[in-house]
Amino acid sequence: MNKILDHLPYKSSFRFVDNILAIDENGVTGEYTLRPDAFFYEDHFPGNPVTPGVIVTEIMAQIGVVVLGIYFLLQSQQEGEKVDQVYPLLTSSEVSFFKMVLPGQKVTVISKKEYFRFSKLKCYIEMYDEQQELVARGMFAGMIRKLG
Amino acid sequence: MDRQVILEELKKVLAPYTVNKEALNSINEETSLTQDLKINSANLVDIIIDAENKYDIEIDMDAAEKINNVGSCIDVILEKMKEKN
Repeated sequence: MNKILDHLPYKSSFRFVDNILAIDENGVTGEYTLRPDAFFYEDHFPGNPVTPGVIVTEIMAQIGVVVLGIYFLLQSQQEGEKVDQVYPLLTSSEVSFFKMVLPGQKVTVISKKEYFRFSKLKCYIEMYDEQQELVARGMFAGMIRKLG
Repeated sequence: MDRQVILEELKKVLAPYTVNKEALNSINEETSLTQDLKINSANLVDIIIDAENKYDIEIDMDAAEKINNVGSCIDVILEKMKEKN
């Protein structure tokens, strides 16, 4: 399952997926542990590091939309065709936040597919913390295309 | 089904994806969905799915690619309804 992660287009400081726990055509579950030395904690906020909402949103989008989108691309791959690099575009997200995420915390993202048509993947995504409490939830959509 | 009837019904289908209600109320067959109504290409997919459910039709990739303005949208809906019967 984690082979899918080789196709993620992000580099280290902006890659927010550690592990895929389950994946099929209906959805994906994955996890990520916030690095205490991540670049955004120094300034958000000085002396009081809290994970920015946009980063929480990005974690949900990378696991819930991009990983699942790559899974679909690999499945529809023709023989001899190579899916090296993908080009994901987040097209909309509407997120409600319930709890803060602090440095070092592990979060679990559960994504359920609404539909995947005309390259658009729409998912309902929830994020939970290690206490199994809801951190955030929302509807996400993105377009996933092969590069080149 | 009459083109004008579908055009009026399309206003309701397009409403959730358009902020400019004035532009929506004054649409005609030349109105561009992306340029005039500022609907992004990802929301076009939602509109296609809503139209499929409303008219009980299936719109394939070839037909979807023809959709750019209100008129071409009506063309595709009428074509697919005819194919169904």
